[in-house]
Amino acid sequence: MDLERGSVAVVGAAESDLGQVAPDTGIVDLMAQATMRALDDCGLKLSDIDAVLSATTQSRYAPMLLAEYLHIKPKFLDGTFIGGSSFMSHVAHAHAAIQLGICEVAVIAYGSTQRTISRAMASAREYNPFETPYRPFLPASAYALAAARHMHEFGTTREQLAEVAVAARKWALMNPVAWEKEPLTIEQVLNARMVSYPFTVRDCCLVTDGGGAIILTSAVRARTLKKKPAYVLGVGEAWGHTTISNMPNLTVTAAAESGHKAFRMAGLKLSDVNMLSLYDAFTITPILFLEDLGFCPKGEGGRFVADGAIAPGGKLAVNTSGGGLSYCHPGMYGLLVMIEAVRQVRGECGERQVKNCEIALAHGNGGVLSSQCTVLFGSETAL
Amino acid sequence: MRVPSLKERSPLSVYLEHCRKGELAYQVCTDDNTPVFFPRAVSPVTGSGNLEWRVSKGLGTVHSTTVVYYKNEAPLNVALIDLDEGFRMMSRVEDIDPMQVRIGMRVKVRMHPGNEKQPPYPVFIPLLVEEGSPRRGGGGAGAQNHPGSASHPSLARRGN
Repeated sequence: MDLERGSVAVVGAAESDLGQVAPDTGIVDLMAQATMRALDDCGLKLSDIDAVLSATTQSRYAPMLLAEYLHIKPKFLDGTFIGGSSFMSHVAHAHAAIQLGICEVAVIAYGSTQRTISRAMASAREYNPFETPYRPFLPASAYALAAARHMHEFGTTREQLAEVAVAARKWALMNPVAWEKEPLTIEQVLNARMVSYPFTVRDCCLVTDGGGAIILTSAVRARTLKKKPAYVLGVGEAWGHTTISNMPNLTVTAAAESGHKAFRMAGLKLSDVNMLSLYDAFTITPILFLEDLGFCPKGEGGRFVADGAIAPGGKLAVNTSGGGLSYCHPGMYGLLVMIEAVRQVRGECGERQVKNCEIALAHGNGGVLSSQCTVLFGSETAL
Repeated sequence: MRVPSLKERSPLSVYLEHCRKGELAYQVCTDDNTPVFFPRAVSPVTGSGNLEWRVSKGLGTVHSTTVVYYKNEAPLNVALIDLDEGFRMMSRVEDIDPMQVRIGMRVKVRMHPGNEKQPPYPVFIPLLVEEGSPRRGGGGAGAQNHPGSASHPSLARRGN
């Protein structure tokens, strides 16, 4: 027995307030806000929810805090924490629970106030005797080590990394709720303040407040609700390493494995995908995921993104929200990666809508390129 | 299978004892001679407790490098070093402009002095070619750790 393609769908999706929120806002305020917006989105009631899944850096008890805030009595609770990809993992777990009849309506929620309370307070690093003494600026330095190796092995350039940031900014300018409102050039990326070579501030994701929620239920129940469901066609999870010193190959992530699993479950090929939502924690990550998911050969990712290939009007629609680089990045970003993919499949993206978007791929990254999870969403047509 | 006790000594404390003596120590699983780092109570993959401590000759190659720019501080090198014995560790290359550290550079270990809060820890300095040739100076695993070797040294030994 395995997860059944298309048997579960996302029926509600909503962001919490994003960017900068009021002083003393709690992460659970944001999660509850997003949950109620997501319920409005699908017309279900709070009392319909019987499963709660969440993971945050600001509390280890995330799903329990949300259940307590809203007085939900869940039959199924999941607090799986594997970094920013946790929420894709939650989709797989909620899918299994719904398919098995353990629960019927699941909410996956997230909230962070890392901008307001500072990143250091929101995501305290754990002590590692073999890394901490060297003071890497984590997570940036870990990704920088991967980028440096990619540049050495494949000739990827800083300009090519910058193209990822420039493309994200172009998409963000079409998103009314994106944090960044000004255009960005390659020169500006290269000349911004250096953080951990080769990354400048503009190679790194934003530090914002924010959160979101998605509601999942069975496909049968989904079809009775007011909006077009975004069916889960495929999902795959993979883990490669936990600390950067132990990454088997700095230029190859476990996305190859998670993508393969998702595409196999969905019975789809790469050319079926109309839009990609790729976790852009740093400019190197979309390059690595384009390679590892198979959209270009290993080592060609830098050349692939050159000349606006993933910008509006380019070869491939990637991160149409503006991504973690220009739209929003509240510490853990996987849920927002999926919300954009769901919206594209439902045709709700306005100016940045990809035409005839029947299938969208949402790829989440956790830790330091450590956990990789891929979800394929599809419309009724795609079923 | 013998599972070592953690009542008397921890793997980390043995590593730190060696650091205090100026030595970079690592383990080898004697079942199949595979190097193990970071120090553990049991070997990865096999779970074997047959781990032997060794002292590294301290010669290695820079596998990757970055430079961190903390506010109001001098730029700081952070690197991943592949030791000739076949293990990888994070460290820092000193005695050189942090931005001049290059992937493939040969390096040699030196113990950075500790203080009340931090025990001594291994860092590296650049090496002259003759002094550090893997064919001459390195351990048995030297040949496998040529610059440009892409995958983690511990995987090569286990036939991955």
